[in-house]
This record gives sequence, C-alpha cells and structure tokens, in this order.
Amino acid sequence: MPVVLQVANLVKSFGSLTAVNDVSFEIRQGSCFGLLGPNGAGKTTTIEMMEGIKTPDSGTIRYQGKPLGERFRNEAGIMFQTTALQEHIKVREIMLQFSRFYPDSASIDELASQFALHDFLHQDTRKLSGGQKQRLLLAMAQINKPKILFLDEPTTGLDPQSRRNLWKEVQKIKEEGATVLLTTHYMEEAYELCDEIAIMDHGRIIAHDAPDALLAAHFDDVVVQLHAADIPRDIGEREFHATYRNDSAHIVTGDVNKTIEHLLQFDIPLDRLRIRARDLEDLFLELTGKELRA
Amino acid sequence: MLNRIYALFVARNLEFFRDRSALAWSILLPILIIFVFAFAFTDDNPEKFKVALVKTAGLEGATARFRQTRFIRFIEYDEAETNLHKVERHQIDLLFDPNSRRYWINQTSPNGYIVEKLLVAAFADSGESLQQNLVEGDEIRYIDWVIPGVIGMNIMWGALFGIGYVIVRYRKFGVLKRLRATPVTAMEFLSAQILSRLWLLVLVNTVIFIAMDYFVDFRMLGSYINLFLVFTLGCINMICCGLVVAARISSEEVANGILNLFSWPMMFLSGVWFSLEGAHPLMQKFALLLPLTHITDAAREIMIDGAGILQVSDHLLVLGVSSVILLVVGARIFQWE
Ligand SMILES: Nc1ncnc2c1ncn2[C@@H]1O[C@H](COP(=O)(O)OP(=O)(O)OP(=O)(O)O)[C@@H](O)[C@H]1O
Ligand SMILES: [Mg+2]
Repeated sequence: MPVVLQVANLVKSFGSLTAVNDVSFEIRQGSCFGLLGPNGAGKTTTIEMMEGIKTPDSGTIRYQGKPLGERFRNEAGIMFQTTALQEHIKVREIMLQFSRFYPDSASIDELASQFALHDFLHQDTRKLSGGQKQRLLLAMAQINKPKILFLDEPTTGLDPQSRRNLWKEVQKIKEEGATVLLTTHYMEEAYELCDEIAIMDHGRIIAHDAPDALLAAHFDDVVVQLHAADIPRDIGEREFHATYRNDSAHIVTGDVNKTIEHLLQFDIPLDRLRIRARDLEDLFLELTGKELRA
Repeated sequence: MLNRIYALFVARNLEFFRDRSALAWSILLPILIIFVFAFAFTDDNPEKFKVALVKTAGLEGATARFRQTRFIRFIEYDEAETNLHKVERHQIDLLFDPNSRRYWINQTSPNGYIVEKLLVAAFADSGESLQQNLVEGDEIRYIDWVIPGVIGMNIMWGALFGIGYVIVRYRKFGVLKRLRATPVTAMEFLSAQILSRLWLLVLVNTVIFIAMDYFVDFRMLGSYINLFLVFTLGCINMICCGLVVAARISSEEVANGILNLFSWPMMFLSGVWFSLEGAHPLMQKFALLLPLTHITDAAREIMIDGAGILQVSDHLLVLGVSSVILLVVGARIFQWE
C-alpha cells in the first residue's frame, strides 16, 4: 500500500521543553496507525503538527507527497483531544455548518444514526454530556467523508457500547480505503485497531512496528498472574520479582513449570492462577516505566 | 467559498439572537439613555450663558470689562461670518466682534436677550456704539443634539465588543482551532464575522432609531439615505477597529482592557454628550483622530442642519480610508492561535 502521510525529523519545543524530538514515520493508505505514550509524551503535539494546526520548529510533513495544502484540508477529518464549539448552537446546526465548509459532505442524518445522535440532535451543544459531545465531535470529524482521519483519544469518556461502536466504524473506514491515525491510552484498543503502533516517550519514538511483531521482538516469556491476597508481598517481590497491580500479582517467567514448582515450595495456593501471554500493556510499561492513565 | 462564509454567518447570527440578555441590553440601553435625557434633562447645557468673541489684537476698554463678567463662558473665534449658524441654533447666545463692534443675537433666545443687556451695559460709558444684528433659527434641544451621538456610541460598543471580544473568546476556547482544521480560510472567517456584525448592528440600530422616534419627536432635516450611509460606514469602521484588536490576543482580560481603552476616551472625547466647542484646541485635534467624532459630527450635520452628502464627505472620507487601512492591517496580523 502506498504511503499517504509521511513525517520526517519533526521537532517542536515549548520554551526549554522539547515536546517532540526528531520524530519520523510513515502511514500507509488504508491502515490504522496508533500513537501511544504516557501523558505528556508529545502525542497531541505530534498529531497537531501533522494536522497543520501547529507549526513544527523543523522537519517535514507530506500528504500524498506534497506539503499540507488545500487538498489536505478537504480530505482530512480531525478530532481534537479537546474542542470547543460556538455557543448557542444546536447539534444539528453545528453539523450543518461544518458540512457547508466542504465541497462534498456526508448526510447529517446518516451520521446522526451512525453515532446515535438522534436523541440530542436539537440540543444546545453546551448541554451535552461528556460522551455525547465526544460522539458529536467524532461525527463532525467524518462530515467531509475524510480520506484520512485523525483521532486524538477518541474513546476517552465513551461508554463501552460507544467505544465498540467506534471500533466498528474505524474498521469500516479502513475497509473503505481511508487511513486512520489515532492516539489512545487503551492498549486493548490499540491492539484491536492498529496495524502499526509507535510508542512515544519524552518526545521520541521508542518503539515502532506492528503490535504482534513488537510483542514477539520484546518478549519470549509469559505472565503468571495470581491474586495478590494469595502471595504475600515480601515473598512475591523477593523470590519472584513479582509486580503488584491493583489486587493481582504478576510474575514474568520464561519457564512456567519451574515457577509453579517454586510457588509450591512456598505453599502458595494456585486456585486463582492464570497464565497469559505478554500484552501491549506490559510492553508499554516495560518501555516507558510508567503507569498508564485509565 | 461563499458557502463557507454563509455557514459561519448563519452560526454567528444564531449565537447573537439566542444570547437573549445581551440582545435585550444592546437595544434597551440606548433607548433608556434617550428616555432619561428626554424627560429628566429637558434643560440645555450646564453653562448658562455662552458668548463668542472674534479674536482681536488685544482686549481693552469696554470689551475687556465685558470679558470679565462672571458665569459667562467666553469662546474665541477667528471670524464671525462662519459661526453665525451657532447663534441660529442657540448653541451660543451672542457673538461679538470687538473690531467692528458688531454683535449677533437670536431674537427668539431668552439667553441672548439677557447677555445683550450685559454687553450694552459694559459699553454704556465708553462712548463707543454697538451695532446689533439679528438672526433667526429654532433652538436645537439637547435631545436633538445628543441622539446622533447616542446611536454612534451604541454602534461603537456593539462593533468593538461584538467583533473584538467575540473573536478573542473564540480563540481562547479553541473554536478558532477547530475551524482552522477545516478548509475555512482566515479571510472567509473574518468576512463572515464582519458581515454578520454589520447586518446585526444595522438591524439593531434601525430598531433603536425607530423606537426613539416614537418616544421623542426628534429633529431630522436631512435625508434618511444619507444618514443610513453615515451610520453604516461608521459600523464598518468600528468593526475594523475591533478586528485589529482581536487579531492576535487570546486573553479575554487583555482584550477587555484594550477595548475599554479605545471606547471610553471616545465615549467622552468625541463630543457625544457635550459639545467640544470651546474645549482646549489640543483636545479638539485629538477628537478628530477618533472615528466616533466623525460619525457623530456627520450624523448631526445631516439630522440637525439637513446637510447633504457632499457637506459630510470629509467625515465619510476619513471613515472610509481608515476602515480600509484597519481592515488590511487586521487581516494581515490575524492569527488563528
Ligand atoms: N502550548 C504549549 N505550551 C507549552 N507546553 C506545551 C504546550 N502544549 C504541550 N506542551 C507540553 O508538551 C508536552 C507534550 O504535550 P502533549 O500534549 O503532546 O502530550 P500528550 O502525549 O498528548 O499527552 P496526553 O496523553 O496527556 O494527552 C507536555 O509536557 C506539555 O506540557
Ligand atoms: Mg494528548
């Protein structure tokens, strides 16, 4: 698949802070590219430079081989992490307004049913709940039938149904040949949707590949997971290098048999033991060394 | 392009009409002001007597004596002929030329009658003879005089804040950022804001004008079309001022401060409430720099003196040229963020 969007050596500083530091990658047509990273990693700054909202200090951004221009504006669908809308405007009216900005736009009624906006179509945009507004912003990002869609944390604040609904939408968009760039803090979401992910920290990309390839490259071990109450913290940390998260203890091991024998030596009950493959969340934590925001 | 301007225009109008309290306020305030002036202050200016003297080499004798009369405000003119209309309009009570010892008064003015007696008394022992000249003309009530100013002022507030403040808020809360992510250009956005504000100002002030006409039967000698032209150009000029202020600022407080810095001096130094006649020459010069002065003066000349378009063309020229300059500057320095 051809490259749609290409960024090379992007740098952006705010005062003495280098928010984005020499970032380069390419996005292929019809793929979904995920940008992951802890808070303040530089995801939003990167994506907003790619949207043409922020100007990079240096580096290049090319859409279809050319610098961002009118064609990009017409073909890009954009959803910011936070957005304000004009006041005293109803949901339907704002959609109508935005549809008039584009030469070719989607039907408002179709978008409304796609994103379940019918219940509040005639409500003032300031009176929407967080999730309702999020759904409206998503619909607005698609009002121009975009060929490339930028979604900055699109599912933050959505209920599980809406989240799954969005996943379906993104799959559909991809099938239709459009390209998606998204940031998310949900590893499950990234794994589900993205063909390629890049993990950012402190303004740099520290890992970049297909999710499974990343997992394969970084891990040849599995996680033995126990209920935290079953394995005292001192034993867990001393003998097994376990990490405790919420009420479970995670032991990373390359040899499950040996670990279980070891656990039995300490009379640890194994009733609630689970073995799972390492996932993106493990990778993320290993690479960035920080807890994720839920 | 027109589609996009139209879409933004509609949205801005909706915002305006749905913001009920602001809408009511922008219409009611000026009417209220006029109402108060019409019924509470039926009196003229606070200075009881105003006498204009034509400049002479030095004041001496009887003229100097007359000049010392207390509670009369003396104003100096370069010559008599061009200022006679002020006597006609009762703006000054008596005009005296010490060189020729001619004076002019309005037959129908009680103040003129009294001041004439004082003048004659001052010259009684001097042996010099005075020559009386009578002029005629209706008194201009303060209300007739102040209405053009009040409408001008209302245009100023509506335009400066309706453009300046609104765009700054759009920027601060990220509305501009969202628009920037669409094909809308800065020029399209600004055009829509200008057009929307212009049409709303014209509408609101027409309503106010009609309402005032209903309350107080004010003087309107000139043509309505010319008056409309003056006020519309005034709207455009003030909108362009607001545009320059709003071009870059993203803090409401700063914008508010700057807009107030523009509007309050205009409010009091443009001759909206009191005539700048007799004010310090520097202040008169300064007033000419304020667009509100030109709007108010032109409107007064049309309404009170029945001036035609050519007679107010100097004001129109100033307003027109400065609008173009402000518009270009505003659009040039405009930034989305
Ligand atoms: N306009 C700005 N001025 C100054 N610093 C900024 C600005 N925007 C972002 N930053 C800083 O740049 C860094 C990167 O911010 P960015 O918004 O890109 O992070 P992010 O990865 O999107 O984080 P999050 O997951 O919280 O959304 C942060 O340290 C932030 O404080
Ligand atoms: Mg962000």
